[in-house]
Amino acid sequence: MALEHADVQRAAHLARLGLTDDEAARYVDDLGRILEMVDMLQALDTEGVAPLAHPLDVTQRLRADEVTESDQRSRFQRCAPAVESGLYLVPRVVE
Amino acid sequence: MHDKTLAELTRSLDAGEFSSRELTQHLLGRIDRYDSELNSFISVTHEQALAAADAADAARAAGKAGALTGLPLALKDIFCTRDVKTTAGSRMLDNFISPYDATVVEKLAAAGTVSLGKTNMDEFAMGSSNENSHYGPVKNPWDLAAVPGGSSGGSAAAVAAGLVPAAIGTDTGGSIRQPAAFCGITGLKPTYGRVSRYGMIAYASSLDQAGPMARSAEDCALLLNAMAGHDLRDSTCVQRGVPDYTEELDTPLAGLKIGLPREYFGDGLDAQVESAVRDAIKVFESLGASVREVSLPHTHYAIPAYYVIAPAEASSNLSRFDGVRFGHRCASPVDLIDLYKRSRAEGFGDEVKRRILIGTHTLSEGFFDAYYKKAQQVRRLIRQDFLDAFEEVDVLMGPASPTPAFDLGANKDPVSMYLQDIYTIAINLAGIPGMSVPAGLAGKRPVGLQILGSHFTEARLLNVAHQFQQATDWHRQRPAFAEENA
Amino acid sequence: MQWETVIGLEVHVQLATRSKIFSGASTAFGAEPNTQACGVDLGLPGVLPVLNEAAVAMAVKFGLAIHAEIPEVSVFDRKNYFYPDLPKGYQTSQMYQPIVGAGEVEITLEDGTTKSIRVHHAHLEEDAGKSLHEDFHGMTGVDLNRAGTPLLEIVSEPDMRSAKEAAAYLKAIHSIVTYLGISDGNMAEGSMRCDVNVSVRPQGQAALGTRAEIKNVNSFRFVERAIAYEVERQIELLEDGGKVVQETRLFDPDRDETRSMRTKEEANDYRYFPCPDLLPVVLDKAYIDHLRDNLPELPAEKRARFENELGLSAYDASVLSATREMADYFEEVKEVCGDAKQAANWVQGELAGALNRENLSVANSPIAARQLGELVARVIDDTINGKAAKQVFQALWNGQGASADDIIEAQGLKQVTDTGAIEAMIDQVIAESPAQVAQYRDAEPDKRGKMIGYFVGQVMKASRGTANPQQVNQLLKQKLDALC
Repeated sequence: MALEHADVQRAAHLARLGLTDDEAARYVDDLGRILEMVDMLQALDTEGVAPLAHPLDVTQRLRADEVTESDQRSRFQRCAPAVESGLYLVPRVVE
Repeated sequence: MHDKTLAELTRSLDAGEFSSRELTQHLLGRIDRYDSELNSFISVTHEQALAAADAADAARAAGKAGALTGLPLALKDIFCTRDVKTTAGSRMLDNFISPYDATVVEKLAAAGTVSLGKTNMDEFAMGSSNENSHYGPVKNPWDLAAVPGGSSGGSAAAVAAGLVPAAIGTDTGGSIRQPAAFCGITGLKPTYGRVSRYGMIAYASSLDQAGPMARSAEDCALLLNAMAGHDLRDSTCVQRGVPDYTEELDTPLAGLKIGLPREYFGDGLDAQVESAVRDAIKVFESLGASVREVSLPHTHYAIPAYYVIAPAEASSNLSRFDGVRFGHRCASPVDLIDLYKRSRAEGFGDEVKRRILIGTHTLSEGFFDAYYKKAQQVRRLIRQDFLDAFEEVDVLMGPASPTPAFDLGANKDPVSMYLQDIYTIAINLAGIPGMSVPAGLAGKRPVGLQILGSHFTEARLLNVAHQFQQATDWHRQRPAFAEENA
Repeated sequence: MQWETVIGLEVHVQLATRSKIFSGASTAFGAEPNTQACGVDLGLPGVLPVLNEAAVAMAVKFGLAIHAEIPEVSVFDRKNYFYPDLPKGYQTSQMYQPIVGAGEVEITLEDGTTKSIRVHHAHLEEDAGKSLHEDFHGMTGVDLNRAGTPLLEIVSEPDMRSAKEAAAYLKAIHSIVTYLGISDGNMAEGSMRCDVNVSVRPQGQAALGTRAEIKNVNSFRFVERAIAYEVERQIELLEDGGKVVQETRLFDPDRDETRSMRTKEEANDYRYFPCPDLLPVVLDKAYIDHLRDNLPELPAEKRARFENELGLSAYDASVLSATREMADYFEEVKEVCGDAKQAANWVQGELAGALNRENLSVANSPIAARQLGELVARVIDDTINGKAAKQVFQALWNGQGASADDIIEAQGLKQVTDTGAIEAMIDQVIAESPAQVAQYRDAEPDKRGKMIGYFVGQVMKASRGTANPQQVNQLLKQKLDALC
């Protein structure tokens, strides 16, 4: 599956990664070769094989519904780039 | 003092030859003097280390010392460490002082260990050479022109150079075993789910696993004793008792059935590496083990499958780095999209971007089945290869890497770099445990023997490695760097 | 042309767990910003989710209540997109293997007819935080307290054909979740939110028309109004030869219209994939059976019982079973007074009127069910008459006494049934009203019935309302007729 410039631009936008045109061109090349390597998978017949998401066949453990966390806002916000009145600030979101 | 194993250091501390504070001071001094050359540490935590050493000395004086009390170690900078900078090797987290401790960090501290600092690594654990760090490459103490391997390259180099007796790494596709091999130390990647991932900055969640890197299998066993175990904060961490991993170390190997995967001895394997590995296997035969060839037929699909699954998970795991709640934020964003795009473009390095893009692309509409679903199906086949092999043999052995450490700057092309992980990557897809133990030298660069077992057979792997280390001296060899600086 | 409206609803219900779906932070409403957002909710590097058992149990209870299939295995997926109120850059949800399979909900329309609406599935997911658009130097503030609150998203089939049906469906869901106690159902606080899919098609056409999705329609009334507007808009558009665009629209209750939400709607690509931090949820039969055995009586069952066993009208049964609070209240009044019909009359009449006037819900009624029951009991046993009962009700409402008996005693409202006492009052009224007595006597016998009212009024007044009206009537008639 060949990779187009537009595919890289689209992925970069979905992933919110700013790319210059030069960078995008370079990634078209890199990603193209990586995908070419990955395309080897298509040669393998996997008809009827169930996908494996986790290496162990274990199931989800459930947590008791208890409040175990207390307020650590000031600690957590010490590493925040912009806060005011306890809120995280971002450029204006228009709805 | 800086050449001793953890087990030896404990004997010295018990005998009063030196205190934990003296040991810690000595090692901190070595780091201060020599690490500017190696660049194996991102942060050195002098004060916390000395405070922990004093506490350990007090505990020992009070007769409350455990197997690891007062022993120094280093943590890969991927483990969140309360009030300590935790970067994952990324500019994105250059300003991130973690507000909490990873479970592994908590457990090791509770066992009385003394953390000297945080070691260098490939950014977000993506890399096989440690050249992808925002903090610069790490040099291999055996040969300063060579890479230490990656992504836990700083941990491996620091242990090999005698800056710290042990370090904790993480392994998503070989990131403990390959640098252990390149730096001539012993490293263990436990079974997926054996060690909690809570507080370990995620690269690929279904593959990541933390493990010990040290100078002997016995030391790895001591560290795993402290690290392993169920954690209520990690759903994927198994509820299963933790044995004493030192208990089986002395079990003789007579009758051990070793399998050599045909596919691990094929094209691309360096002749010196192959010869060292084959010599090591002869040692096992002399210890009473039997050897037979086995096949892991889907070996060559492991790298392609990995480069779908790991980037897909990574693309999602790394979305939280958006410049809003922590981490790098670009200057004066004009709007929300600008904030995201510039913060992430500035914060992430080249390889990380590459993997985010690959993962985003392969998960996107129209591609999911062909890539992601297919890779997960192949993942099952790869796991089945191992399960089938372990029906026949107790352990598998082979090289940890097709070559010894390569030169800094030698692998410019991402795909050729990825192919370096041919012998390690399938192990993470299958979730089984694997070790690398020093098994010789190719010129002045070490060779690692990889030992693989079925799920939750860490005790057996450690036993096999320990018996090998009782019979050989490879793990005792020290690099020229450390000798010059002794 | 005749148009048919086709409506499907996606209802998001906040589950009433104490802690969040994947963390131990509190879900309480109204805390200071970000004080209930723990490391997991903030998506700090390295944190991991662990699933809350209560959220699972609540989802399963809902599934059982709508007779849905509960699959043995369900799986959490990640829905990837960037937004400031979504800390991890993905929402943990269930795309492919939801916890609740297909089921159905019965709705009752105003004319008493019922209809079954199919539910496609319901899945668990985490709520997002909130963006606050007050001005912070031109910036938006983000509060993540709500992030990670468990949501059950209930997705209907496009089975509704009118705004009224959609509102009835939403009410039915509301009543099921509140009956089950899995949500407080408080729409004003956002505990229940609704996205509406609306399309129209020519009557008789099988294929569905292009739909618009109206986001966040958060009251029963708005659902009706948003649909009414949207249907009209789409029909007008189609009749003018235009086309409906598949898009997301927002309902503006102030202008009573829907409008396109994003002019430059990007093609979303959420890149769903199984969440590698969570394992498949496997529910065994014993667990599900245990939840089934402990389900409370549900609205439909209760309605049927009210109608069939208590003999209430279909309408009363439906209104009194609409919410668990109302049903519980009514049943307690009935228990205390011992008469279902009287209880229904009082709850539906006097109480509902008073609550309505003051815009209160039954849960906030100043009169407790027990108090009302005791009052009704005093009416039934003739301790007080109807007029006095209303006085007692008002006094209870105003908090002027702890019980009906206290108020009856304090205000002397006990009904006078002593014939002698009533006769004495009658005699006095007759003695004081010679002109009226004369009129009565002179009237044609068939006109006298109406004229007796004056005397009754005077006697009641003399008794301060406490005389038994039937006795007064009867005795007055005897005495007046004796004078004729």
